[in-house]
Amino acid sequence: MKIAVLSGKGGTGKTFISTNLACIADKATYVDCDVEEPNGHLFLKPEITKRIPISVLVPHVDESRCTACRKCVDFCKYNVLALAGDKLMIFYEICHSCGGCTLFCPQKALTEKEREVGVIEEGVSENVAVLTGLLNTGEVSGVPIIKHLMEKMPKHETVVIDCPPGSACVVMESIREADFCILVAEPTSFGVHNLTMIYELVTLFNIPFGVVINKVLPGENPAQKFCAEHKINILTQIPFDEELGRLNSKGHIVVDESKKYRKLFQELLKTVEGEVAK
Amino acid sequence: MKQLLILSGKGGTGKTTVSSAFIELSKCQAFADCDVDAPNLHFVVTQMPESEKTDYYGFQKAVIDESKCIKCGLCEKTCRFDAIKDNMVGLYECEGCSVCAEICPVQAITMTDHASGSMMLYQNKDTVFSTAQLNMGSGAPGKLVAEVKKRLTNAATTAKMAIIDGSPGIGCPVIASISGVDMVLIVAEPTISGIHDMKRIIDTAKHFGVSCAVCINKFDVNEDNTKEIERYCNNLKIPVIGRIPFDKTVIGAVNKCQSIACYPDSPAGKAITLIWDNLYYNYLKGGGGNAGTN
Repeated sequence: MKIAVLSGKGGTGKTFISTNLACIADKATYVDCDVEEPNGHLFLKPEITKRIPISVLVPHVDESRCTACRKCVDFCKYNVLALAGDKLMIFYEICHSCGGCTLFCPQKALTEKEREVGVIEEGVSENVAVLTGLLNTGEVSGVPIIKHLMEKMPKHETVVIDCPPGSACVVMESIREADFCILVAEPTSFGVHNLTMIYELVTLFNIPFGVVINKVLPGENPAQKFCAEHKINILTQIPFDEELGRLNSKGHIVVDESKKYRKLFQELLKTVEGEVAK
Repeated sequence: MKQLLILSGKGGTGKTTVSSAFIELSKCQAFADCDVDAPNLHFVVTQMPESEKTDYYGFQKAVIDESKCIKCGLCEKTCRFDAIKDNMVGLYECEGCSVCAEICPVQAITMTDHASGSMMLYQNKDTVFSTAQLNMGSGAPGKLVAEVKKRLTNAATTAKMAIIDGSPGIGCPVIASISGVDMVLIVAEPTISGIHDMKRIIDTAKHFGVSCAVCINKFDVNEDNTKEIERYCNNLKIPVIGRIPFDKTVIGAVNKCQSIACYPDSPAGKAITLIWDNLYYNYLKGGGGNAGTN
């Protein structure tokens, strides 16, 4: 069973929910797909067993063969290549690795070489196997790292996927393999607007889902209202609790510290398992 | 025009809260929301007239003409994005590289324009607000961010300063938003995630040679971590220009679509006013550019 945890807005509690959900399961794999700012490892504190560099392919020019014919420059849709006089310049950082320039170079002056963009760390934290994707700073796209993370996920275990915020391409890559999505929302008007985006995304991909409303205060709850209007299943609501904030700020796993939240997450996992079995 | 960009690395630390307060306090005439994935600034900017909405065309998408296709499978084999299956192009997978169109032996594939978001420009007599919304599942957020900024600078020709609300993370949209700004203000949060992510966004800003300053939001949630942030920044000679206390007035203001600057006597409102004054008089007004020597 693969559960993806996502939210339109950042800071709603994706990592809080995914790490605690992974810890409450008998055995689970936690996958951090928020490769720009992965935080799960700060809570799970895994012992790292393996570091795997992740590379992408970028063009490399053999200047003795290049005739400055411009074929590659004109072909590339991402403006990776440019000619300065008759010298070919390559801006690797923005390359999408489509391979077109190399494939169509009439002089066969271009070859592809690997360029490291980040790393995947494999580790263990008690009953949880931890996979963390980490994009190097200054790099543009985490998609290649997320694709490798997807391939590394075990097939038949409980897997919790901690997604990047938003609803763009990186999120789509992260939920591709999911059997169930947990949408985390805050009960504010910002929260509802961003919930709408991911609600449309999971509906489009036809993945079963439910909502967790986090940091609930007494009084108005526009997220709950939105769910009622759209007949969306609310899996649980987590109260705004300063104690949670304190534990979280120190990097503690809440289910290890509090009976009340241990029970809440046990029930959440059970609810999700029930939904997946449907 | 001086450009101030608000970033955070981690999401939900208070970028929009800080940006919207700065816009209000400075009576800013040019501002933008570059969080094209989950824009929220337009909720708080309520006094502007209806926006002018324009489709955003990102990268093109490949389309296969079935009547010409000979089903040779060459496109599917060559596509690096696994975007072609059974002679059909997946809209969400295609990144518009056009390798398939070039390699097709019977010219059955054409590249076509594809709207992947909308851009909104709000304007009144003396103020311009540029924002956008990327369609879900779309790529190329960086290109859209660049477009949002271009529309702002083109429309706000007389404004002396622009305030730009950024997106979380350190990737494509963040990098696009950093380009050309005079200063980055990082809104940090005193949690272990907040510290970790602040370090990565500082690295990113440095990588692109932009000076930065830091303010700490909800500083009283964990004062040890707040001191850790201040120590870290002092070592890098990055100015920490203020602390904002945790204040439920902010949540109330958000739900009423108001800026916290509308509550000048609230603890958070007071703190943000001080931060703005510090930032404006010491770093933005006049020469500026003396923050955070990189």
